[in-house]
Amino acid sequence: MDYVVVLVLQIIYGIANLALIGLGLAIIFGMMRVINLAHGEFLMLGGYAVVVSTNLGVNIWIAMLVLAPLVVGIIGVVVERVLIRFLYGRTVDTLLATWGLSLFLVGIVTAIFGPQTSTTISPPIGAIAVGDYASSGYELFLILLTLALFGAVFAVLRYSRLGLLARGTMQRADMAAALGVSTSRIYMITFGLGSAVAGLAGGVLAPITGVVPTIGATYIAKAFITVITGGTAILAGTATAAGLLGAMNGIVTFLTGPTVGEVALLAAAIVLLRLMPSGITGRFFRKSL
Amino acid sequence: MILNRRALLKATSVSALGLAAPALIRSARADAPIKMAALLDQSGGLDLLGTPMLEATKLAVKEINAGGGLLGRQIDLITYDPQTTIQFYTQFATQAAAGEHVDVVQGGITSASREAIRPVLDRFQTLYFYNTFYEGGVCDSNTFCTGSTPAQTVEKLVPYAMKKWGKKVYVVAADYNYGQITSEWVKKYVRDNGGTTVAVEFFPLDVTNFGPTIKKIEAAKPDFVMSALVGAAHISFYRQYAAVALNKSIPIASTVFTVGGEHTLVAPEESEGMLVSFAYFEEIETPANKKFIADLRANASKKINYVSEVTARSYEGVYLWAEGVRKAGTTERTAVIKALRSPVGVDGPSGKLTIEPKTNHLLQNIYLAEVKNQKLNIVQSFPAQPPTDTLLVCDLNAKPDQATFYFENGLEAAGIK
Repeated sequence: MDYVVVLVLQIIYGIANLALIGLGLAIIFGMMRVINLAHGEFLMLGGYAVVVSTNLGVNIWIAMLVLAPLVVGIIGVVVERVLIRFLYGRTVDTLLATWGLSLFLVGIVTAIFGPQTSTTISPPIGAIAVGDYASSGYELFLILLTLALFGAVFAVLRYSRLGLLARGTMQRADMAAALGVSTSRIYMITFGLGSAVAGLAGGVLAPITGVVPTIGATYIAKAFITVITGGTAILAGTATAAGLLGAMNGIVTFLTGPTVGEVALLAAAIVLLRLMPSGITGRFFRKSL
Repeated sequence: MILNRRALLKATSVSALGLAAPALIRSARADAPIKMAALLDQSGGLDLLGTPMLEATKLAVKEINAGGGLLGRQIDLITYDPQTTIQFYTQFATQAAAGEHVDVVQGGITSASREAIRPVLDRFQTLYFYNTFYEGGVCDSNTFCTGSTPAQTVEKLVPYAMKKWGKKVYVVAADYNYGQITSEWVKKYVRDNGGTTVAVEFFPLDVTNFGPTIKKIEAAKPDFVMSALVGAAHISFYRQYAAVALNKSIPIASTVFTVGGEHTLVAPEESEGMLVSFAYFEEIETPANKKFIADLRANASKKINYVSEVTARSYEGVYLWAEGVRKAGTTERTAVIKALRSPVGVDGPSGKLTIEPKTNHLLQNIYLAEVKNQKLNIVQSFPAQPPTDTLLVCDLNAKPDQATFYFENGLEAAGIK
């Protein structure tokens, strides 16, 4: 029985993990249709923000929950101003530009910190006992954090004036502009928000995955698969896709092994996209956010 | 393409000259520098190992040149950065061998990169030194494998860990040829020592969530975990393992950990008590090693975190080759190979090294160490260990004309039970 509880927790964590690394991308790609290939590097920068600031003596919670999103959000705004804003509507060009950006970020971080980085920060929450088994308290925290983050993004988009303007701008930029909305500013803020969410994800994952300049490569494929499988509704899509793919990956990994588990995740994504080419929310939950 | 007589004549004469040219050039310029190529990743993930390895190679060349060179000639080191991409390995190996006509190539980090360039260097008849520890089984008269192999390290590590912790072992390994073959060696040595392997799990190199496996380990309750996990993403295994406090109850031994200085990259309590075995540790207390470490750090253009076997062996690999050239009195490939296999030996930072002529591997010292507060505490050492794994399948004395990788399809295919 304890074992079942531990297993279920583990699968939920796998789902939360996918949702967490995908959410920032969902905002940037799902809402703005900007294929951000530097998303993995935004997560990496979030991790570095935490490592550098904790080494300077900052409290780890402040570093993870405040500094990481702040730093990466600001970087995102700068990137949008100097690079992305010239490329809206030019999908292939943004793809190349953000790929270049990802190589640039890996290069500059390697130049500053070297190819290996000491991440001697342990998860700030220890193990918790579930009967005879131990479960990671930090993973439990990450599950709750992911839920809270989805709630926060939902609240901002659904109930705030900014969210309304952002949704309007993404649907009909010309009409929004005619009504007096500064669409350029909305794009900038939305991109910054997506980057900040990515930074937060990278920051909180740093204590359990560690950071190296190339760590982004391990996130990027899964983030894209989750978001594309999710479809147009960014929150419902990311959540359902993460749920399906994460559960698939977790269960198969338990039954067989990690290699087949990874294959199962990819196979599930392919089948889902074959049946629903515009993603899960292209068919279900179409009106949701 | 239209082929006329003139074009055909031109083409054939040029290619004939091209074939004869290396010999002409070599004999014509006896005082020209000796050319050595280094193929070591300086970017793209494996730079973690490639950077210190190249610094060590450079140091060895610098020392030899400062001491008057080799046969009165200077060594010219040509470096390539394959960027952790196999395709560049093949390309640069071809360039070094066919374009630059180098006398020796040192390098290759993963087994995949070695297997990509070894056939190229065989084809262009260019001497090759592979200085990374690996799964064993290369039997190639043109290739010298100077790193330690499982029969040297795993064979010591497994019984020591079993004696210390118990006989039930859980194996986790990286999902490519190194991890696959090494895990078979682990299983063999566990069985040979009367233990049982509970399970073996392989991980693609980009996996960062080890939760499900950690839960399985918890349920299987082995006496210890044997890890052959590789690379930056896999370091997260040790963090997540410690996050559920499992490292206190089920300890870990590893065939890879510490090679990239991993024990200094994770928190001290996450690596405390782990057992590892290699042919070299930075902590070896000899004057030769202390001098090597000091010189390496003083000469390096980049910061070197931890000096591990691959770094020291890259340095010693150059000296082994140089000793072969000195003994042969020429850089001509077959003469150098003959001299190396006669056999030559050097005293390096890791101790005495001698070439084992049946396999072109090394007789070398092996050390067992325990991680203690981010330092390696050497608990046992074994002098002049032979590569008995490769010796099982390879005898270059009896059959010199070989370029085979015997363990390519696993141990069973090679006839090892």
